[in-house]
Amino acid sequence: MATINLEAMGTAYSGAYQKINRRVIVCAGTGCIANGALEVYERLKTFAAERGVSVTISLDHESQHQHPEGADLLLSQSGCQGFCQVGPLLSVEPDGILYVRVAAEDVEEIVEETLVAGRPVERLLYEDPRTGTQRRGYDQIDFYTRQTRRVLAACGRSDPHSLPEYVSNGGYRAARRALLEMRPEEVCEVVELAGLRGRGGGGFPTGRKWKLASRQTDPQKYIICNGDEGDPGAFMDRSILEGNPHVVLEGMLIGARATGAHAGYVYVRAEYPLAVKRLRKAVADAREAGLLGRDIFGTGLDFDIQIMEGAGAFVCGEASAMVSSIMGNRGMPRPKPPRTAERGLWDKPTIVNNVETLAMVPGIIDRGAEAYRSAGTENSPGTKTFALTGHVANTGLIEVPFGTTLREIVFEIGGGVLDESGAINNNAFKAVQIGGPSGGCLTAEHLDLPLDFDSLDEVGAMVGSGGLVVMNEDTCMVQVARFFMQFTQHESCGKCVPCREGTRQLLELLDDIIEGRSDARTLALLEELCENVADSSLCGLGKSAPAPVLSTLRQFRAEYEAHVEDKHCPTKQCTALTSIEINPQLCKGCTLCKRKCPVDAIEGELRQPHTINPELCIKCGACIEACKFNAITGGAA
Amino acid sequence: MEAATTATLTEARRFQRVLEILDEYDRDGAKIIPILQAVQEEYRYLPEEILTYVATALDLSPAKVYGVATFYSHFSLEPKGTYVIKVCDGTACHVKGSGKLVIQLRTMLGLTEKKKTTDDMLFTLETVSCLGACGLAPVMIVNEKVYGQVGPDRAQELINEYAAKEEADGND
Repeated sequence: MATINLEAMGTAYSGAYQKINRRVIVCAGTGCIANGALEVYERLKTFAAERGVSVTISLDHESQHQHPEGADLLLSQSGCQGFCQVGPLLSVEPDGILYVRVAAEDVEEIVEETLVAGRPVERLLYEDPRTGTQRRGYDQIDFYTRQTRRVLAACGRSDPHSLPEYVSNGGYRAARRALLEMRPEEVCEVVELAGLRGRGGGGFPTGRKWKLASRQTDPQKYIICNGDEGDPGAFMDRSILEGNPHVVLEGMLIGARATGAHAGYVYVRAEYPLAVKRLRKAVADAREAGLLGRDIFGTGLDFDIQIMEGAGAFVCGEASAMVSSIMGNRGMPRPKPPRTAERGLWDKPTIVNNVETLAMVPGIIDRGAEAYRSAGTENSPGTKTFALTGHVANTGLIEVPFGTTLREIVFEIGGGVLDESGAINNNAFKAVQIGGPSGGCLTAEHLDLPLDFDSLDEVGAMVGSGGLVVMNEDTCMVQVARFFMQFTQHESCGKCVPCREGTRQLLELLDDIIEGRSDARTLALLEELCENVADSSLCGLGKSAPAPVLSTLRQFRAEYEAHVEDKHCPTKQCTALTSIEINPQLCKGCTLCKRKCPVDAIEGELRQPHTINPELCIKCGACIEACKFNAITGGAA
Repeated sequence: MEAATTATLTEARRFQRVLEILDEYDRDGAKIIPILQAVQEEYRYLPEEILTYVATALDLSPAKVYGVATFYSHFSLEPKGTYVIKVCDGTACHVKGSGKLVIQLRTMLGLTEKKKTTDDMLFTLETVSCLGACGLAPVMIVNEKVYGQVGPDRAQELINEYAAKEEADGND
């Protein structure tokens, strides 16, 4: 196969792009598709053509042949643009317009006004919820301007299906340099100098990991891209795979050069069908172009990539469990050492890197270690993506330099905290859960803490995969801890006793607290068991399982104590601990509830407000359902 | 007698497709997970006799194949309904009320924590870990279609739509 000429491919693409009058990009990430982005895309394609706007959906040879002078409109689908909440998103270039919440019915107006007459459709522009003013494009929206988008830069601005577009933006240039101009040690050196740390949670220096692997003498080595993003509340890997699959493949190719691997696997969760589809296309295109396969860039290096779909087991995100799963076994971790870098797939040295980590690599090789270090902190250089969700005005995927404060993320980029009624009310801020089921909670006192690997470690939280769930004052922290414990208990693979039995007992203790069965010893027992599980579990899943409990206990001990000692849930979220009450203003005295009550706890005469005897009430809620005047409240309902 | 012949024919057709899947994956025991995924795609669950058949064909013990099939949550040893509803129970969905959504759907469909499929085999209700569409919480998926910000009214609407759709299809 002839060696690929990146310049020719890139120039051909940019040449064709120059001839285009306009480009419309419809966000086709999972979120926008759920809100109808594909209908918008189809409608736009047909209606623009009806109005005499010539449309092309790609700039390949065939389309250039069809439109030798260039089409009026290049219509593209992009990967996730991160601002899922106001999707479907539609951007128009070079006008610099971003439309939000676009529906198929809006398409005709967009075509008539913007594509034909060249004016923006005001009502579809983003409106700043705080000031009520309209914003024309990305460069005017706080959510975007306050970010530093590096790895996400291309997500949403380019077509993930197009290898030529990726190449025209400098793609695979770094891989070529690594293969042609750099020795493997030099590649490791640059990555180490940049200070790139693993984004999967642990934060291990990637350069050092590669160096260790490159020293293994076995000629057969593997590199795995870990896309088994199972942390509830994190979706950066999905967005990168959907939005820019080639950058991950290029990162793997550079990793293969650095470590001497000849075969690679991308392990993706089966919950991400769109990511799998786009990745498969990217691998096929790269193979066809000679960027994967034999003798890449004429260097004699052979490297190919296979896609493996997970089958729904969170523990497979752990390196040794993932290796076991790829080999067709139950995905259970094994004791270490030896580490997978020494003995992994089929007992061969195997390097496991996270999606986001690999996506950072081409930029480091291309622009150098110093450029990478220009953002972030001394020990955590570069940027990090976070999935910002929960009770916050702007939910979505963001990328900021390490060291950015929580205050900036929640109040500036996130646009503030939402209270129970859904209004922006920054006083309603209670906590942020960071790092998913292995992480912890940050509270108001941590708002000015610069977020990086070390500072979070010090306060008992972790970057983890980067899920940031904002919680308002009506969130019960015991229930939050219980939610994560139920998750880890369910996902425990069952191999080691501390994790299998320990998480089950922890969950029962939390249930005791929530359901009012706890006593004076419960909290001490909970803490002791947390320590045991953390100390004696086999893998990271068990070791970090108690983290959400310990962290909420530390930050919100009074809330736990209220549950245990006063049998009271301060946020009124725990049904068993709230009393059911009848509002005398609303009660008409119809006696319906009295008749429905199975334990005769309700007293009152006809046409007189009724009352509930808390001694007898079993909180079954039958009265709440029966009442036609919504006079009875209580519980979590 | 006639019923028995039909059954045998159906059986034969079933195994024919399994053979094709096995060949697509080079009868490689290490590819058992993608093989089972393809089988489940075809039959919508993993029938016991097919598991045994796959094990024999790959020269693996049935226990090993059963072990893999029961380890991963995507595999089901029981038949599922026409519409598989998956409610996301990730953190973001959870704080935005996915728990209540599950309870509501159970009540509407007459299901419980143990009973996951309706008697008419129309709906199966499952909870899944994070689907990665947290910006749209709470999220629910019906077969492959993703629905975001599903509140109580929207849930009722969707169930009615699917039930009506099935009725219409049945009358064709």
